[in-house]
Amino acid sequence: MQISQNWIDIAYLVASVLFVLGIKGLTKPKTAVRGNLLAATGMGIAAVITLLHHSIVSYEVIIAGLLIGGAIGAVLAIKVQMTSMPQLIALLNGFGGGASVALAAAEYFQGASGTIALSATGLAVLIGTVTLTGSLVAFGKLQELLDGGSIGFPGMKFVNFLLFVGSLAAIVYMVINPGNDMVFWGLVIAAALLGLLLVLPIGGADMPVVIALLNSYSGIAASAAGFVMGNSALIITGSLVGASGLILTQIMCKAMNRSLTNVLFGVMAEGGETIDADEIYQGKVKSSSPDEVAMILETAQRVVIVPGFGLAMAQAQHAVRDLADTIEARGAEVEYAIHPVAGRMPGHMNVLLAEAEVSYDKLKDMDTINPTFEQTDVVIVIGANDVTNPMAREDKGSPIYGMPILNVDKARTVVVVKRSLSPGFAGLPNPLFAKDNTLMLFGDGKQAILDITTALKEG
Amino acid sequence: MDFVSQLTLFVLAIFLGVELITKVPPTLHTPLMSGTNAISGITLVGALLAAGHGAGLLINVLGFIAVVLATINVIGGFMVTNRMLAMFKRK
Repeated sequence: MQISQNWIDIAYLVASVLFVLGIKGLTKPKTAVRGNLLAATGMGIAAVITLLHHSIVSYEVIIAGLLIGGAIGAVLAIKVQMTSMPQLIALLNGFGGGASVALAAAEYFQGASGTIALSATGLAVLIGTVTLTGSLVAFGKLQELLDGGSIGFPGMKFVNFLLFVGSLAAIVYMVINPGNDMVFWGLVIAAALLGLLLVLPIGGADMPVVIALLNSYSGIAASAAGFVMGNSALIITGSLVGASGLILTQIMCKAMNRSLTNVLFGVMAEGGETIDADEIYQGKVKSSSPDEVAMILETAQRVVIVPGFGLAMAQAQHAVRDLADTIEARGAEVEYAIHPVAGRMPGHMNVLLAEAEVSYDKLKDMDTINPTFEQTDVVIVIGANDVTNPMAREDKGSPIYGMPILNVDKARTVVVVKRSLSPGFAGLPNPLFAKDNTLMLFGDGKQAILDITTALKEG
Repeated sequence: MDFVSQLTLFVLAIFLGVELITKVPPTLHTPLMSGTNAISGITLVGALLAAGHGAGLLINVLGFIAVVLATINVIGGFMVTNRMLAMFKRK
């Protein structure tokens, strides 16, 4: 069966509308599952209609690709642990970029011509390849295949600059003098290197920004591929995804009080004077025990739990939920305070706690929970550090000054569950640990929480 | 489709995207990212055309790669989003 281009375009319009409704569904947890199904339906319609296009003459390659891709996608989606979700998103961002490059290349070698088609091809290849290799580096860092810190060499920024200018020059050359395949492959190689070098220097706690930005790039690459093919579905969807990633990037940057360039070029603000950790901690840090913490919790009316990346590392989400249940069973109120950059991607902590069956209305964002700390009896900080550092609020000379933080130190008692006094990603000591109302509970996050729960049940 | 109509779509869709996405609460930001990964797999429609075109080996290989990658995004993205969203419950 063959159908006219008009019907195909109308089907793409229907698909685009379903995508928009799908994202709209994601604005409320209640409607989100349905939204996702709507979007999936849109994709199904677009794919089936495309298969009826008259230019498709053979189906062997298509069927093989669908089966292989579908199997890989299904296995990834079923097997991935919630703690590893940032890695999966990084991979999917990369594959999205890769698909756009392959598509743009296929169009190029079918003889794309004209200034607009060729410029769009060049941009799709540039952005798509940067997304692909950049995402693979991000995946490697998150999966700890690569050093999670900053990797770089002197003059790296200059090399990046050359690669970027070289890529743009290659695109211009491709448009003016079409038909030179070496220039095309040169562009692919330069963009691949650029993607690697852009992400290598970016360290662990900046990952949420990078993942959100690569998410945006994957959308923009798809949109550019849409310009190449003259395909409205790709243009609309790609720009929706591009806008989504950009907004998330902006939210993440704001939550760290850092500019995007600042994150991308791997620089932290300069500290005024070096801060001596010993001077802050000396004789002031109080080490506690699970029994002591349980005793304090016995009389608490309101408890707030502050999770960070350490919670994911220790796989402690279920243990935390058990503790919260135990506290609630004694009649106290428990809420969770989620900093926007807690974890390794936007919303990471929320997904982990949802997995542990924590009700989503107990997960409070920073602006909602901050005014309540003064009426909170006990705050339990687990695996979070920089996002609770009062220096961000008080110390004008500090590199993190101005970063919005969770004001946990305003609570009556703060319990910090942590392996040691080692600094967080910002490399700064945290005066919170030395405050009069802070108790440090040293040890493995999960074990410490389990011990508190046991002590509370026995007490 | 001419360039100006394409550009119009692109610009309007970005504004629509911004309006929509700013309403997504932080608690759903991870499913939002996996969901947008899934819909950016719309490149599948272009990939299908390239892979089924019969325009020579190189095009078929590129089309095949594009189909595989886009399908991973579509199937993996929607499935994992569904898996995550199903966990968001209110008690």
